Amino acid sequence: MAVRNALILIVLGLAFAVPLIAAGQSPLLQWREPIYIIAGFSGIVGLAFLLVQSVLIADAMPGIPARRIHVWTGAGLVCAVVVHVAGLWITSPPDVVDVLLFRAPAPFSVWGAVAMWAVFVAAFLAAARKRIDLRIWRLGHSMAVTVVVTSTVVHAWLVQGTMEVFTKGALCIMVLGASAWALRKRRAWRMLR
Amino acid sequence: MASSTTTRRTVISTGGAALLLGASGLTIPARAQSLAATPTMRGGANNYRPGAPIVKRIGKGGFWTTGTVRRAGDGAPLEGRRIQVWAHTIEGHERDQRSHGATLTDKNGVFRIEMPQIVPAFGQPHGHLAYDADYNDGGFETVFLRPLMASASDTGLQVEFVLRPI
Repeated sequence: MAVRNALILIVLGLAFAVPLIAAGQSPLLQWREPIYIIAGFSGIVGLAFLLVQSVLIADAMPGIPARRIHVWTGAGLVCAVVVHVAGLWITSPPDVVDVLLFRAPAPFSVWGAVAMWAVFVAAFLAAARKRIDLRIWRLGHSMAVTVVVTSTVVHAWLVQGTMEVFTKGALCIMVLGASAWALRKRRAWRMLR
Repeated sequence: MASSTTTRRTVISTGGAALLLGASGLTIPARAQSLAATPTMRGGANNYRPGAPIVKRIGKGGFWTTGTVRRAGDGAPLEGRRIQVWAHTIEGHERDQRSHGATLTDKNGVFRIEMPQIVPAFGQPHGHLAYDADYNDGGFETVFLRPLMASASDTGLQVEFVLRPI
């Protein structure tokens, strides 16, 4: 089990590091101010956090306090989203206002806005889970996460940004695969019976 | 010989089709008056700085934004129209004053302004152009455009304005 956990940790480490290092080579960076660069990289970190969240909650790594870590990495994901949006807002306020009002010209922006709100819903349900009905908590969190994962991947894929295309594609596929696996393992739809 | 003979069937079908087409209003008269005005694009006015100065070129140049300005309806070229241009380029962000400039159309309604290479920003390689009635002698409605480049490696952008007379 220790070997398996170590392997998973290495894969997760690479899933974070390789896309970030590849994006660090982007020629676009030389024409961007620091706050814009931070905003973009925060988006990459958020995408990678989705992979970690799925791996943790699928009980893939026995012997570690996966649920507790899932809560903390979930908080990290919310922070990444906030930094992403706030950084973009500082870089170009009217563009972000358009996105939040769902009137931006770029198609990926709608997916980004939907993903952001779904992250907030998932986090809110997690924070309130002890005070709400078990069915609402489990079904709601799973449904919100499904929206987060699909819309984030579409958003990331459509953006022409600093991410290198092969590492972006690989990370997106890993996120989709791990999320499907985790959802299937947790089987929240049992609550429907 | 029989092939060139007009039969009753062709008379009925041709006449019927002509009647149907005429009655349905699907015919488009071949008139230049049909040229429609260019609508303002979503996000076109973002980071606009009213009244950017008329310049020979923006920054060090290397990228050409060109196009024509015509009148809606008859499509007549419009001379002396002031077109303002801005974008995220290798020399600055959209909001920076140095990323903005303006030019005037010639007697053929053509404008050409050299500017630094546009690079993708906010997920898409795009430029911004404005015809702002407040900074021209009026007569036409203000239009803000946000055209996309087909590829981030393009070194030019072609933009058509069709202005609606006020």
